[in-house]
Amino acid sequence: MSDVMIEECPLRGMVSLRGDFASAAFQKALHGVTGLDVPTTRRIVTHKDGSVAWMSPDELLLMMSHDQADAVVSALEDSLSGEHHLAANVSDARACFRIQGWGAHEVLAKGAPVDLAPEVFHPGEIRRTRLGQVAVAFWMTGEDAFELVCFRSVAAFVSDWLQMAARPGSFPDVFNA
Amino acid sequence: MSTRLANGGVRIDRSRPLDFTFNGRRLKGFEGDTLASALLANGQTLVGRSFKYHRPRGIVASGAEEPNALVRLGKGDRAEPNQRATTTELFAGLEAGSQNHWPSLEFDIGAINAKLSRFLPAGFYYKTFIHPRAAWKHLFEPVIRQSAGLGPAPTERDADRYEHFYAFVDVLVIGGGAAGLKSAEVAGRAGAKTLLIEQTAAFGGRTLVDPCEIDGKAGPEWVEDQLARLDGLDTVTCRTRMMGAGVYDHGYCLAYERISDHTPGDGRPRHRLWRIRAKRIITATGAIERPLPFSGNDVPGVMLASAVRDYVGLYGVSPGDRTVVVTNNDDAYRTAIALKEAGLDVPAILDARPMATNALADKARGLGIRVEVGRGVASVQGTKQVTGVSICAQAGEGAVLETIACDCVAMSGGWSPVVHLWSHCGGKLIWDPDHAHFAPDPDRPPLGADGSGFVIAAGSASGALHAGDAVESAVRAGRQAAEETGHEPGDEAAPEITVEDEQFMEAVWCMPQGADIKLRSKAFLDYQNDVKVSDVQLAAQEGFESVEHAKRYTTLGMATDQGKLSNINGLAVLAHARDASIPQVGTTTFRPPYTPISMGAIAGEARGALFKPVRKTPMDDWHADHGAHWEPVADWRRPYTYRQGGENIEQAVTREILNTRTNVGLLDASTLGKILVKGPDAGKFLDLIYTNMMSSLKMGRCRYGLMCTENGFLFDDGVVVRLGEDSFLCHTTSGGSDRVHAWMEEWLQTEWWDLKVYTANLTEQFAQVAVVGPKARAVLEALGGIDVSGDVLPFMAFAEGTLAGIKARVFRISFSGELSYEIAVPAAQGLAFWQACLDAGSAHDIQPYGTEALHVMRAEKGFIMIGDETDGTVIPQDLGLDWAISKKKDDFIGKRAQMRSFMRREDRKQLVGLATEDPRTVLPDGAHAVEPGTNAYGHARTIGHVTSTYFSPTLDRSIAMALIKGGADRMGETLSFQVDKDRTIRAKVVDPVFLDKDGERQNV
Repeated sequence: MSDVMIEECPLRGMVSLRGDFASAAFQKALHGVTGLDVPTTRRIVTHKDGSVAWMSPDELLLMMSHDQADAVVSALEDSLSGEHHLAANVSDARACFRIQGWGAHEVLAKGAPVDLAPEVFHPGEIRRTRLGQVAVAFWMTGEDAFELVCFRSVAAFVSDWLQMAARPGSFPDVFNA
Repeated sequence: MSTRLANGGVRIDRSRPLDFTFNGRRLKGFEGDTLASALLANGQTLVGRSFKYHRPRGIVASGAEEPNALVRLGKGDRAEPNQRATTTELFAGLEAGSQNHWPSLEFDIGAINAKLSRFLPAGFYYKTFIHPRAAWKHLFEPVIRQSAGLGPAPTERDADRYEHFYAFVDVLVIGGGAAGLKSAEVAGRAGAKTLLIEQTAAFGGRTLVDPCEIDGKAGPEWVEDQLARLDGLDTVTCRTRMMGAGVYDHGYCLAYERISDHTPGDGRPRHRLWRIRAKRIITATGAIERPLPFSGNDVPGVMLASAVRDYVGLYGVSPGDRTVVVTNNDDAYRTAIALKEAGLDVPAILDARPMATNALADKARGLGIRVEVGRGVASVQGTKQVTGVSICAQAGEGAVLETIACDCVAMSGGWSPVVHLWSHCGGKLIWDPDHAHFAPDPDRPPLGADGSGFVIAAGSASGALHAGDAVESAVRAGRQAAEETGHEPGDEAAPEITVEDEQFMEAVWCMPQGADIKLRSKAFLDYQNDVKVSDVQLAAQEGFESVEHAKRYTTLGMATDQGKLSNINGLAVLAHARDASIPQVGTTTFRPPYTPISMGAIAGEARGALFKPVRKTPMDDWHADHGAHWEPVADWRRPYTYRQGGENIEQAVTREILNTRTNVGLLDASTLGKILVKGPDAGKFLDLIYTNMMSSLKMGRCRYGLMCTENGFLFDDGVVVRLGEDSFLCHTTSGGSDRVHAWMEEWLQTEWWDLKVYTANLTEQFAQVAVVGPKARAVLEALGGIDVSGDVLPFMAFAEGTLAGIKARVFRISFSGELSYEIAVPAAQGLAFWQACLDAGSAHDIQPYGTEALHVMRAEKGFIMIGDETDGTVIPQDLGLDWAISKKKDDFIGKRAQMRSFMRREDRKQLVGLATEDPRTVLPDGAHAVEPGTNAYGHARTIGHVTSTYFSPTLDRSIAMALIKGGADRMGETLSFQVDKDRTIRAKVVDPVFLDKDGERQNV
């Protein structure tokens, strides 16, 4: 049996940052503003004030508190002036969910074509993928705890979907065995 | 008569009796029974009527290959037709019913078809029902549909839920018999992450019932030990009730798990469709016994020899008191021995081979069973139940030598490996003449992306019918899979198998060999579709020589069992009729799923509210609370109109238009695509993407732009805003945001990767609100924070600041011809801003309006709508949008295409306005304009069609736009639109701009 809790998280600051990961100026600017380094492919790096997630070979998603997003964009633009880049506040574009509890891996494995076996998918991994029929990204924040983002327009759909998938008695129990 | 034996049955638990009903009759079974075994235990040998001739049919098999015992299960919201009784686990309260008969199973009017069978041969549809033509639709088809077929579709909504699950493994082992159990152990022990799946509720396969010793233990005992061994391996997961349904490219496999079919209503999902990625797939799917084609081989009581053995050994059920065994191989002797040992009578074994000197035959003889060699069945006595068999010489033409009374016939025509999963993704087969079957060719497996085989056959599924060979092949397969997935298998030996040796079988494709037409017309190949030996021969005679043609002509192998029993026998008959070898004839194509899977499992969670995602704007709740009548726009839902009081939809739309034109209206435009394009080359890039010049756009200004495909056709439009020196915001249509963003990225990533440009789709970051109408400025002034005066913020200008305390961008753009502002605010504040507009606007009679008012107002102004005025064949020039196509630019996407002669023809269909002669008459959307006379095909000469058409409350008359051949030169002409046989609407060609051509309303 499982006991997975689904909850929508409060608004979070999110900044989409595109640029040349290999450029020293880019790395320096990112570190200067966030205190974090560029994550490697499909990884997310985190400290107490926020995270930086790999989104594509030239796109990162920065997360921080909601009221700081504009300041982060400005700071990035300042430190990257003269460097080709794009920084945009996308805090309101997405909804965020927390999926927590024994069986959380299996809830997501019902809809995402991702190897979610606990021995494979650890904290530090992020996947930009789909859940059911919608685009999502998710990563782990601790044991049996995930955060998932989707576009805000489909938040209700994703919430319903997760609730359905997390119904007690519906787990294959292959990851929990 | 079939009945429950006093003892035996390794699968059933006699301490747990279960009640169930069949055709309303209350019956008893035990936990562990299948519906089939429970029916036989209750003496129910007649279970259905055949598809075409309505012949009485009984249970033939004991597993997934069953062709006859298809029943209706459950009722109401859990009713499901065509379920195989042999794969249905019994549970308390199960309700089953037989199908395809009227008025009852015992007395079926449709059985008249059997009497008419001479007139209903293969292909009779094509021959018989040709004339008169009308009779097909009104007479023949309804009658045939009534009489042929399976169970009726359920009428209620399915009460159950279904889901999917994604799994990733090194090795997937399909089939939980001895071979699968062994392969999984070898692969798992080597460290490969292994998933073992078994379609039934219990592991063990034939090991549970066939007499053999493995490592000195009886079959069932060894299975238990083996499961314990697997349980000790962290690497191995074992699951029952899970069928490998299909194998696809890149090691993708669909598996169908039946979670709660046997516990309906317990709250669990009913089925789960597993979508598995495996580096290697081992198919240990076993083999299926073939029937023998003799006259009357479909009479209830005639069963596969292995099935007879299964019912005795697995379920403690006797299929009959007196069973005649008819065979062409040694294996069926095991059935005779098992029956005898269970205390049942076996009057004779008829062996079609000229001699039987094997160990099993000796054992049978030793038990006192009469063994007749060179003999076959001439015919079966009985209609609803076997009463006896007539014996003949196999080599002869069917002269009856003797008739033996019996109530069961156990037949065996040899075994065919289950090669379906091997074949789904291109694995090739080889013909094994010794066993008369097709087996996987290990040298030609399905190939993965790296060019190596990714499916390995094991056990009898590989053609290794002898138990010893089967487990050896399983160990090899497990080892190979482990090695190929980067693991090091140990060198453990295959288990020691003790089992009687067998001699070769002898193929029998017709019994007796020289059977006459009368016998062949009752010798069934495909039970479910009523295809007989004579039908396949007729097909060959009539020229349907290709196996695929013969299949379709006769329907051999086309039923829900997809020829699991009939395939090889049918091919052999066809080969014989063509004087060709079986491998020359070849097989038909094996396609997934292995057995039918539920539609629910395919849909998974996507039903009801989760059927399709609906995108909602930040103001969606407000709309819902205020009478929104919804319209789907791409994946979004948008208010079509807001109804007030007792208004109908048309009245609401009219009110919204008039209020917006007179006072001020409010539109939720959040769905508009918003793509940020940034970088030193952003202007250059947009000059290539849009037909008009964007690089020359001044900071803080907006410009309407068009996008075309490489073929020159218009596919999206919208307003581009220059936010800064190197950044632009591109608005797209509501349905086009993802497409346009992907389009831009594709060009940037694949063609113009040298351009320094990044894009970001910000559609969902902003809520967008249009404040539209003569009093719009007053509303914004009341909100306060940004100077929106005509001088500071003129038409097509843009300002950034704070409105009503909310960070906002204000674009002075208009899609209605009115003074209009579109304001973008962060999505989380969209609803607050919307409410602020309503509050500030209440003094100015502000009202929200929906998409229909938007459409009417844009049409009044002659503005085009992507998807209405465009359909993928329209270039901007057709729409009079030449002004938006730059003549100065060297290139843009679509430029060269638009220079082709066909695109420059004067008589292309061009956009015109239409004013109907009667101003109250509204043209139907899509109506075609016709000219007198007919075209080359004798059809009306159409010259174009209506693309947008409305009644304009503003102008108090109908308005329309149309694409008309050479429309630009037809101004003032009157066109005829024939909208019905005797109704023609006449309309005058006019300028498509109906309202305020000079733009005075918006330029204030």
